[in-house]
Amino acid sequence: MARQNAKSQLKRNTLRQVLQYIKSYRVLLILSVALATASVALTLYVPILVGDAIDYIVDRGQVDFDAIFRLLVQISIAVLLTALFQWSMNTINNRITFQVVRDIRDEAFRKIEILPLKYIDGHSHGEIVSRVIADADQFADGLLMGFTQLFTGVITIAGTLIFMFSIHWVIALVVVLLTPISLFVARFIANRTFQMFKLQSETRGEQTAFIEEMIENQQVVHAYTHEKEALEQFDEINERLAQCSLRATFFSSITNPSTRFVNSLVYAGVGLTGALSAISGWISVGQLSCFLSYANQYTKPFNEISGVITELQNALACARRIFELIDEPPQEPDSEHAKVLTNVDGRVDLEQVSFSYTPDTELIENLNLSVKPGQRVAIVGPTGCGKTTVINLLMRFYDVNSGRICVERQDIRNITRKSLRSNYGMVLQDTWLKAGTIRENIIMGKPDATEEEMIAAAKASHAHSFIRRLPDGYDTVIGEDGGSLSQGQKQLLCISRVMLCLPPMLILDEATSSIDTRTEIKIQQAFARMMKGRTSFIVAHRLSTIREADVILVMKDGHIVEQGTHEELLLKQGFYANLYNSQFAG
Amino acid sequence: MKKLLVYLKDYKKESVLGPLFKLLEASFELIVPLVMAAIIDYGIAQANRGYIVKMCFLLLLLGVVGLVCSITAQYFAAKASVGFAKQLKHALFAHIQGLSFSEVDSIGTSTLITRMTSDMNQVQAGVNLTLRLLLRSPFVVFGAMIMAFTIDVQAALVFVVSIPLLSIVVAGVMVWCIPGYKRVQSHLDRVLAATRENLAGVRVIRAFCKEKEEMEEFERRNRMLTDIQKKVGHVSSLMNPLTYVIINLAIVALVWVGAIKVNAGLLTQGAVVALYNYMSQILVELIKLANLILNVTKSIACGNRIQSVLEVQSSMPVQGYGQDDAEPDEKADAVVFRSVCLTYRDGGDEALTNIDFQVKRGQTVGIIGGTGSGKSSLVQLIPRFYDTTKGEVLVDGVNVKQYSPKRLRQKVAIVLQKAVLFQGTIRENMRWGRRDASDEEIYRALDAAQAREIVEGKDGGLDFEIEQGGRNLSGGQRQRLTIARALVRKPEILILDDSASALDFATDAALRHAIRELGGQLTVFIVSQRASSIQYADQIIVLEDGAVAGIGTHSELLQSCEVYQEIYYSQFKKEERANG
Repeated sequence: MARQNAKSQLKRNTLRQVLQYIKSYRVLLILSVALATASVALTLYVPILVGDAIDYIVDRGQVDFDAIFRLLVQISIAVLLTALFQWSMNTINNRITFQVVRDIRDEAFRKIEILPLKYIDGHSHGEIVSRVIADADQFADGLLMGFTQLFTGVITIAGTLIFMFSIHWVIALVVVLLTPISLFVARFIANRTFQMFKLQSETRGEQTAFIEEMIENQQVVHAYTHEKEALEQFDEINERLAQCSLRATFFSSITNPSTRFVNSLVYAGVGLTGALSAISGWISVGQLSCFLSYANQYTKPFNEISGVITELQNALACARRIFELIDEPPQEPDSEHAKVLTNVDGRVDLEQVSFSYTPDTELIENLNLSVKPGQRVAIVGPTGCGKTTVINLLMRFYDVNSGRICVERQDIRNITRKSLRSNYGMVLQDTWLKAGTIRENIIMGKPDATEEEMIAAAKASHAHSFIRRLPDGYDTVIGEDGGSLSQGQKQLLCISRVMLCLPPMLILDEATSSIDTRTEIKIQQAFARMMKGRTSFIVAHRLSTIREADVILVMKDGHIVEQGTHEELLLKQGFYANLYNSQFAG
Repeated sequence: MKKLLVYLKDYKKESVLGPLFKLLEASFELIVPLVMAAIIDYGIAQANRGYIVKMCFLLLLLGVVGLVCSITAQYFAAKASVGFAKQLKHALFAHIQGLSFSEVDSIGTSTLITRMTSDMNQVQAGVNLTLRLLLRSPFVVFGAMIMAFTIDVQAALVFVVSIPLLSIVVAGVMVWCIPGYKRVQSHLDRVLAATRENLAGVRVIRAFCKEKEEMEEFERRNRMLTDIQKKVGHVSSLMNPLTYVIINLAIVALVWVGAIKVNAGLLTQGAVVALYNYMSQILVELIKLANLILNVTKSIACGNRIQSVLEVQSSMPVQGYGQDDAEPDEKADAVVFRSVCLTYRDGGDEALTNIDFQVKRGQTVGIIGGTGSGKSSLVQLIPRFYDTTKGEVLVDGVNVKQYSPKRLRQKVAIVLQKAVLFQGTIRENMRWGRRDASDEEIYRALDAAQAREIVEGKDGGLDFEIEQGGRNLSGGQRQRLTIARALVRKPEILILDDSASALDFATDAALRHAIRELGGQLTVFIVSQRASSIQYADQIIVLEDGAVAGIGTHSELLQSCEVYQEIYYSQFKKEERANG
């Protein structure tokens, strides 16, 4: 019970939030509602006018042309007005919906840019993307449908009822009592087919997984001439899918004929009571025809409404998912007194730093480290030991739990993020490039760089020669995440990017596992050139780097276990000595 | 799309009966206004209550018969469309399997997967809708017109004028909107790309303090999307008001014509009501038709995409393999390359240029070179994953093109760089190598691949279930298992395409030793970036930019080949220094 309350509370909150966004369009919204009411009223009025006109057509010689003409003129005017109202309403609804969704998307994206890294690292990117794209889209559809169909549907039903009861209550009652049957029928079928749809989508998932496996690895399939077996296995799944798909498709497609049958039931009912009433003189033939057309109009929104409500619920659920993202607390903003770092020599101090990603497992405890300008700090340890944690803290992607990190003797939390980060040059193992031209990627950190500066940076990082060989040189467009470039080429571009700005402090990741040795040498040379005279933090894989480092941080399972120079650490005969002997002296 | 219809041929009966029953249902629906007219003209006019009750039962009966007919139609349509999709999927899957890698590379695997899955579902839904509704709606529209003619020719002329008018409006709006929807989609894709990029590149974007620029870019794209959405929305929302106006003006005309006719005694009041009803029916059906056409257009687009995949000819059709009558020469060199060149289909420069070398039976060949130097391309020519653009590749003295794929790949086992295992038990995976391999044989292969301990460390041993993509194994474990899988095959030629990269030096060495111990006349190709892995090969081929930079033994190359020296010293200086 409590849970249900919480759930409905959540729903209300979501709704309130949606209304917040709609609020800025309230003038349009009021206009839309007014137009909808007017157009529905007119739509319902037209059959009455037609009915009246028909009543003036009685029999041979008994036709009142003047009256009919007057009515027909009225109908024409009403129809034209309705159309105008309808179109304006649709246009307004479109505008409201698309702009609301645009606002929400913008807001969600702005949130992404200021979310703490913790959130982004902890959630699947696909899921976040689907919130911003698919959920927002679904929400737009639902909202639009809600505007155009739910509202007009409700008014139509209400209006029809009023008009029908005002003409004749018995016939109206027949319609009111019979129509809900179609709702029950639809609900009944939907419940029954739910299981079938579930089975269908599971089997579909199985088939998709199989297809992915076989097509992505076709080389292996061919290498082992496994094609026939794969096809047999595929056919087996395919056959099962066909069977459950047939059932799901068929049973769900019974809904329409069934509701249509209920409609003909209503029609027959109106025909019967209406005709009998006409004989008794309670209603005219024109009124009967008006009733018949109402019976059709009334059932339509009635059949649609259940669909619309599901759609709206779905839309609300989607909205909730986007709002969850929007409501996520952002990273702590720069404090008002935050200073801008200037004239950085590269002094970095870590004072009693403690940090953990989750409260129960302390990773870094009481770390003290003092780095003088121009010193090199090597971070070593087996793969997966959390070497990037240190980078996360230095760049302030994550904040320390206690203690402080100082650059130039200032706590980095009192410095604007912008000035802190722009004083670091960072090259990570995960080489990320923006979709765009090579040029755009290199000048990312310094958009006003001249052509000469850019080429100089590319030359210094050994990227110039391969860029020149690309079809459009520096203007070659590379796709999302580097597109067709090789891993080594991407890495060289990332280095060029940093080379162009050359900030006083560097964070480098040496890991170059998928790069051949000759490219690796080039990368090494580029790294060496960059590090000259700069404070650098290096996730080290190479012995030479480690030996030349002023301080080595040794990490194991996320902890910093030892700290010192190469010689000091070897003397200690601890974890580092062990690691060194197994990894490098083998 | 048209050519896909052959996959309906096993469902001819269903594809005919489905629409037929649908038309029956529609015919019954068309009778309804006539019955109502009769009720008005006879029942009410003559105050005949019994007649009215009878006629209303007739209406009910028409409803029941209509229900039965349409459910039957739905069944046939579902059966035909599901069956169609089943057969098409089978055909497409088989076709894709028959494509060579040149084609798969140029189409792209993710595209192929989309064709097999979501496009296929859309086509299935499209066929289903088409069978159910595509005939029905025009039938009702024209049926209503014909019924109008049976009532009164002049009144029917109103239908003759308004139906084309309505069709023009509906078609016009749609013709304008369909490309519009496509543009909406492509703008949505751009918004999506921006979002994804910002998540993947969050660290770099923040390191370069690009948040504000990125927000502006996103807002710009988002605004463009909204603008185009609104534009398309405005036009598409013209459809309903316009059709409404046309229909109702037609009704006005009908009433007027009706009034004149009734006045002259040529028509009854009930007939006017019937005409009115027919006109209303048309509107409903036309709107349905418009939505239907929209859906079907989408399906046809998907169908065309599927068809275009089906039309891709394999550049290595099985028939092209000749009669497989080649007699391998037992004494010939195991592998010979004669001035081989290779250019990939999608492009650019030659991947391999004029490669010449011979490998004797039982030799071990090392292939080394930088990334993109063509190492993988070279070895993939041996099992004929690609065809050479110039020159020829001989295995046992016979051009690889003269073998059947089965026979060639029985001789040549290749272990790819990407260690791929499939969902299923370890045993099932090992039997990819040979279907009838015994456990004993599997264990022997596992031993050689240094992989026995992996199997023994898992619950169930060979029955251990590997998850999709081998997620529940480490990279090194996967590599050793894929090597074992190749050994199960007992090939004559074994190619290790950089497939020991995740192994440490000791395991790598043990593996090479074990493979040597397998004895016989096994010819081995080792592609590697590590000089130590190929150092002891009988022959080392050094590649640079797709051309041979040197062939020889380690000591020969160390003296004569500059590229080799560079590679070797870059790695060994490091290791020597580590030793010292």
